[in-house]
Amino acid sequence: MTLLGESVGGGLPPQQVGAQGAQREVSAPGGLGRYAVRRILTGFGTLLFVIVFNFVLFRLLPGDPIGMMTRGKDVDQQQLAELRRQFNAPLPEQFWSYIRNPFSSNLVSLQSGESVWSVIGDSFWPTMLLLGVSTIASASIGIWLGIHSAWGRGGKFDQITTGSTLTLYSMPEFWLGMLLLIFMSTGVGPFPGFFPSGGISSPGDDLGMVAGWLDLAWHLFLPALTLTLVYLAEYSLVMRSSLIDEMEQDYLKTARAKGLRDKLVRRRHAVPNALLPTITLVFLNVGFVVSGAITVETVFSWPGLGYLTYTAIQGPDNQLLQALFLLFAFAVIVANVIADLIVATVDPRVRA
Amino acid sequence: MSADVEVPVEASRTPKQLARLRRRRSRARYWSEFRRHRSGIIGLLILGFFVAIALVAPLIYPENPADPSAIINAEGESMAPPTAGYPLGTTQTGQSVLTLLVWGARVSLFVGLLATIISMTLGSLIGIGSGHYGNWFGAALERLTDWFLVIPFLPLAIVLATVAREIDWLGDSLITIVVVIGITSWPGTARLVRAQTMSVKARPYLERARVLGGGNWHQMTRHILPNVAPLILANTTLTVAIAILSETTLSFLGLGPQNRVSWGSMLDDAFGTGAISLGAWWYLIPPGLCVVLVVLAFTLIGRALEGVLSPQMRER
Amino acid sequence: MTLLQLEDLSVTYSTDEGPVPAVRGVTLTLDAGTTLGVAGESGCGKSTLASTILRLTPASATVTGRVFLEGEDVLGMSFGRLRAVRWGQASIIFQGALHSLNPVQRIGKQIAEPILLHDKTASPRNVDSRVAHLLDQVGLPRRLAQAYPHQVSGGQKQRVMIAMAMGCGPRLIIADEPTTALDVMVQAQVLDLLKGIVKDIGLGLMIISHDLSVLGTACDRVAVMYAGRVVEQGPARQVFEDPVHPYTRALSGAFPTIGDPAARYAPRGLAGDPPFPGDLPSGCPFHPRCSDSIDACSTVDVGLRPAGHWRTAACVLVPEAER
Repeated sequence: MTLLGESVGGGLPPQQVGAQGAQREVSAPGGLGRYAVRRILTGFGTLLFVIVFNFVLFRLLPGDPIGMMTRGKDVDQQQLAELRRQFNAPLPEQFWSYIRNPFSSNLVSLQSGESVWSVIGDSFWPTMLLLGVSTIASASIGIWLGIHSAWGRGGKFDQITTGSTLTLYSMPEFWLGMLLLIFMSTGVGPFPGFFPSGGISSPGDDLGMVAGWLDLAWHLFLPALTLTLVYLAEYSLVMRSSLIDEMEQDYLKTARAKGLRDKLVRRRHAVPNALLPTITLVFLNVGFVVSGAITVETVFSWPGLGYLTYTAIQGPDNQLLQALFLLFAFAVIVANVIADLIVATVDPRVRA
Repeated sequence: MSADVEVPVEASRTPKQLARLRRRRSRARYWSEFRRHRSGIIGLLILGFFVAIALVAPLIYPENPADPSAIINAEGESMAPPTAGYPLGTTQTGQSVLTLLVWGARVSLFVGLLATIISMTLGSLIGIGSGHYGNWFGAALERLTDWFLVIPFLPLAIVLATVAREIDWLGDSLITIVVVIGITSWPGTARLVRAQTMSVKARPYLERARVLGGGNWHQMTRHILPNVAPLILANTTLTVAIAILSETTLSFLGLGPQNRVSWGSMLDDAFGTGAISLGAWWYLIPPGLCVVLVVLAFTLIGRALEGVLSPQMRER
Repeated sequence: MTLLQLEDLSVTYSTDEGPVPAVRGVTLTLDAGTTLGVAGESGCGKSTLASTILRLTPASATVTGRVFLEGEDVLGMSFGRLRAVRWGQASIIFQGALHSLNPVQRIGKQIAEPILLHDKTASPRNVDSRVAHLLDQVGLPRRLAQAYPHQVSGGQKQRVMIAMAMGCGPRLIIADEPTTALDVMVQAQVLDLLKGIVKDIGLGLMIISHDLSVLGTACDRVAVMYAGRVVEQGPARQVFEDPVHPYTRALSGAFPTIGDPAARYAPRGLAGDPPFPGDLPSGCPFHPRCSDSIDACSTVDVGLRPAGHWRTAACVLVPEAER
């Protein structure tokens, strides 16, 4: 793959090195199972590192977290004393109790006073909905664009597509969201405003089933469009470069010499082989996706995990931030492990 | 191809002079190759334009728009569309959007470049180190790189920035944001550099150098570094692009440098003061557009560099 | 019957640096049941020649001249007819079999693919036996049909390519460097296999190689190419043992004869490199490297002249009238 696919700076995903590591390891018989176990263990190791890192980082904070946590609430003296004891306990003891259960409900959100994890739970499904729709749409459209621009390389379609996707890729996603809002919600000049300016549902009484779903879709449209546009740029560029690399392979010449039509050569041989890096990209991209979700949900006031993060920053609600960070890191680690396992499973060169 | 440049063999030239001559000629060759990529040239022009603007900003608009006095003394109407006197309209404080835009260029570019320097330096050092040392040290560095690589960028940056702000680390939040971005972006470079280092290490002349008595330092600086440098260079341009996007995002979330105008902070202000619902497109479009142009410029330059350098980087 | 006829075939690539003529006016014939060898160093245009026969050159290449396959004009065919001809009448084994197979498809499936495409009677059910039969013919175990390309050795891969090439019963097989990158023992096996196929089935075989010694023994006739032109043609054995053109002499001399003491102590190579096709010397393109060149060589580019029984050579030094 080209450098563009490989260079990372937090925004772009890491890729082929993981796949190649998989290739090296799995060549032995029974290798897939062993590789899977190893990979999952490595994932746990990384998770442990993140938990420790999280702990260290937040213990650096000064201030009186107990006071902040319990301000304005009824807490009896015993509980207060217990909490203080916990927080003033020697670091190793704190560390141990944290490690034992990082998901404990002892972590309390400053704003609502509830356990951070219940707050997070409430915000979970809007984010899943938004990301799910955007990922499916952007992956399918992006892959299609990539295939067609690679196959007609240098032509008009390719030039237009590559130019647009490069531009989309250079955009801050929240800016794109704001543009869409101002043109399609508020309406400026010749553009009529049609979509809502934010939120997940219109205020008012229960709208009934069909109307309720339509209302949801109406609110979902703009934020989903924003994320879709931003993500598809990357999928398109990666698919294109992956297919171009594949198209230079010799076996395609053989396929053509056999009398296959161009379309068949593409569909049966080139695309399936070029598809694998792009599919794994969907999973490796989760880190990028998370960042997009945070800013776009903020712009659209979409009540998901991203928006929650934004309000946590405003607080600042450190307990909540800590928990969110852990959650995001966890999601990315799991996604990476899945990506490696997919490569190991699908590529026969890597199977037993 | 018989287009090789003949190096005249003159007994009177020292090895150092020969090396310098060869380097100069190869640089000229790189430049002429780069020139063929039109997109790269466009990128350079765009970038040059913005750098020029950033540099002359204080000359055109002497007053820093982030100064409290500038805000108080602003004469324009609040959130007014473009007019002759205010070509890009005004902000919520009545200041000219154009002024903020021009001054914002300084911060955005500065943060982007400085953060990249940190990231590239750190990333290259760790990358070369983990690629070169095969022992526990190298393995440890590799582990470290992989761990950091997995942590999603924005949440990490948010957490670091929040913590840094609360403990008032490094005082001036401009440096803080630079360090935060630098710290979160090094793993990508490190991973890339490590892969290239290992492929260079496998080449025969490096083994020869080792056998001839070249120590670790000698190997790393004399052999590995020159072969890895082109890769680092191409990667740098892409890293700057990402750094600028990161600064914009962090500023938008309110974690950017305080008391300074950047393109991201302009978007944050615009968002926060309801520019969207007011339809104040003149406030929203320009800062984002500038970011897009600068990022595109760096991306185009990076791709052109790739095109120039890849044949050299692959093994013959 | 003339199976393959190339008439004044020229292929020019258009590149950023200008047009590059890879093949310049090549005329060759090949009869059924015979083997023609095409020899030359890298860059002489022989691979391009092979690709041109089935119109597999890239779009940037301009092809002039005529190619007749069993009397049909290949270059003028419609696409539909061309696709039927590809593999059905003529198949090609590409250089570097290591990468010519799809790495993620099973071998059997790849061999079956053209059969299913070209033969209306074939179906996924009955094609397996045909694949097995083909593997038998090339001396490979039948179970290899279930294997992936990376699981078999280089020599086996080459045989797979041969089996695949025979799948649709072609009249002509073009083998581009079939023995390169193979061990000597395996080379011999592959060549024997090819010779056997020609004898048994009576198809025409064109072998392209830089190894003149291989062609000398495996082929009936040999054409030597240099800088896009044929510089010598004739019966294979004679061209190898008694070359006329100075280039052929140097090429055949570069391969030492085992058992000949003189060859042991005087390795005879040829200084210099073949010219870049876009930058040919004036007159005879070989003259800068030729040990026999005279003044006329730098100005006159001579065509093929008769130089013996069924032989031609393109050299000024070959007397015009000799027959």
